[in-house]
Amino acid sequence: MATIVHAAETLTAGRLPRATVPVSLVGSVLLGYALAILFTGGANIGLAVALAYLLFLLVMEIATRVVEGPRQASDRRATNLVVGAFVLALLPLGSLVWEVLSKGIPRFDVPFFSQSMRNVVGAGGGAIHAVWGTVYVTGMATLISVPIGLLTAIYLAEYGVRNRLSKAITFFVDVMTGVPSIVAGLFAYALMGLLLGPGSRSGFAGSIALSVLMIPVVVRSSEELLKLVPNELREAAYALGVPKWLTIVKVVLPTAVSGLVSGVILAIARVIGETAPLLIAAGFTASMNNNLFENPMMTLPVFVYDSYAHPGTDVQAYWDRAWAGALTLILIVMILNLAGRLIARRFAPKTR
Amino acid sequence: MTEKLTRPPTADPDAGPPAQADPRRPGEAIFRGLATGAGITILVILALVASFLLVQGSPALFADPAKLASQGYGEFASWVLPYAFGTVWAALLALLLAVPVAIGIALFISHYAPRRLAQPLGYVIDLLAAVPSVVFGLWGSLVLAPAVRPLYEALNAHLGFIPLFAGQVSGTGRTILTAAIVLATMILPIITSLCREVFLQAPRLHEEAALALGATRWEMIKMAVLPFARPGIIAAIMLGLGRALGETMAVTMVLSGSRNITFELLTSQNPNTIAATIAQNFPEAFGLKTNQLIAAGLVLFVITLAVNSIARWIVARRAEYSGAN
Repeated sequence: MATIVHAAETLTAGRLPRATVPVSLVGSVLLGYALAILFTGGANIGLAVALAYLLFLLVMEIATRVVEGPRQASDRRATNLVVGAFVLALLPLGSLVWEVLSKGIPRFDVPFFSQSMRNVVGAGGGAIHAVWGTVYVTGMATLISVPIGLLTAIYLAEYGVRNRLSKAITFFVDVMTGVPSIVAGLFAYALMGLLLGPGSRSGFAGSIALSVLMIPVVVRSSEELLKLVPNELREAAYALGVPKWLTIVKVVLPTAVSGLVSGVILAIARVIGETAPLLIAAGFTASMNNNLFENPMMTLPVFVYDSYAHPGTDVQAYWDRAWAGALTLILIVMILNLAGRLIARRFAPKTR
Repeated sequence: MTEKLTRPPTADPDAGPPAQADPRRPGEAIFRGLATGAGITILVILALVASFLLVQGSPALFADPAKLASQGYGEFASWVLPYAFGTVWAALLALLLAVPVAIGIALFISHYAPRRLAQPLGYVIDLLAAVPSVVFGLWGSLVLAPAVRPLYEALNAHLGFIPLFAGQVSGTGRTILTAAIVLATMILPIITSLCREVFLQAPRLHEEAALALGATRWEMIKMAVLPFARPGIIAAIMLGLGRALGETMAVTMVLSGSRNITFELLTSQNPNTIAATIAQNFPEAFGLKTNQLIAAGLVLFVITLAVNSIARWIVARRAEYSGAN
């Protein structure tokens, strides 16, 4: 009789009640807040949250260890730490989005998108020259990178399967992925210095720098996609007597086109926010410049940096413009990312 | 035409029709040539990058120290060494901060979060990766730096006996630690997404076997997931390190750096990084100074190349010996 009762007890014993987590969480928050006030005399939110989290970890550790045993305690600790890490990572993201929105909106107005900074000192002015510069420079970079990247991907996936040249290309594309962006800028600057005379800065130099960063991204994503195209399609085309290159152009590429387009868009999104190479290769200017090949060309990221780093006497006006530029940049990148993912999903090839 | 029909079937299904150009069909040769040419162009571009940096940097590398002192920034090795130190030091600090958090997030998404939440949460973290570095720089210097200053003062007051936290606390908060926090935020999504991929690839059967033997979730992760994922985690860390070493704008905007070697995290005397030095000085540089900055870029290129190569090597080795299945 006694043994039966004991067995019944062990089935329900040794587990914390379900309310433990919320109760100790609320308790830790309150206590942490109180302690923070006690320590600093004021309500320091950061300290309070940190203290509350530590208290929660401690309370759960002790409670689980006493009631459920050390193995459950370490499991619980790991869970709490993992969730804590995730919340911790959301903090900078939330703060960044909030600050960019709240500080960027005041100058996110019509003049910002209709005026340049020519002859503007202090408040007013806008970034239209930088917006167009970004469009020109990134557009040119896309024009350079997409043919080279796509054709290389075709070579890797269709022609040079596992031969020595394709292995070398794959390796060096990996190397290229790791080229620091500022080094790409230095390269473009040095190249243009050789072609057009030393010290020349132009939008085209910026495009070359961005291409160095963009080509490996395009190659990688395109190669992956071309490999996904089912071999049956190629074989069917070959069986009809279609030459290989026409098979690629008429069968393989159209099948993969949605993914290719989305890959290119994501690659654009990756390089459109690059600052350092453009700072070096394209330089900065306050005026509109419609010529890619002559004179410095302003771009949006460089505009943000320039407004931040070289403010005039009215610092706030410059910083407001920097925040508005940052907001524009984030919006562009987000829209490009969303468009890329949407295209990839909506128009994905049906491989039934 | 008859020739084509009597051709024996090729054994390799990938091979397709003969790649040799038929003189009546120049399209094949042209297209193949274009594709091969594009591939070779990439090799040429990379060779150009390396050789241009060498050519433009060599005047500073081999110049007379006296000439460098008068027209450049001073003797090359002793000039670049503090910056190289700053680059590595800032990147290591960023790694130290980012890696535990990144592994935690990756585990959260792969093994802890409810299935339905996992993918959107992954997107949210990927959004962090999409934020341009100049925006991070703006945020780091105008928002983060003032916000962390009280924390630095507290650290200095209570833990000042540790050499890392010693010295006079910077009045702006724009120290190497702030730069490292911003860098950590930037490399977090890279490490996270790679780790997540590896964690998701951990063999399902091993996980279920561990759980069936009564392991808790954490024990299962320790026994079945982490050992499998270790090479992947190391590769992810190395790639994050490569990114942190080459990152320019965030450091340029956040750090008020100078040329010195110090391990103190909270003072206003911070070692600057190579990339930030180039970005800050290049617009005004001329002559030998330009050459010297390009030579510094070459040093940075070599450092990141080494780090990335090691990472790729680890990944490749793992692909060969993936013994888990």
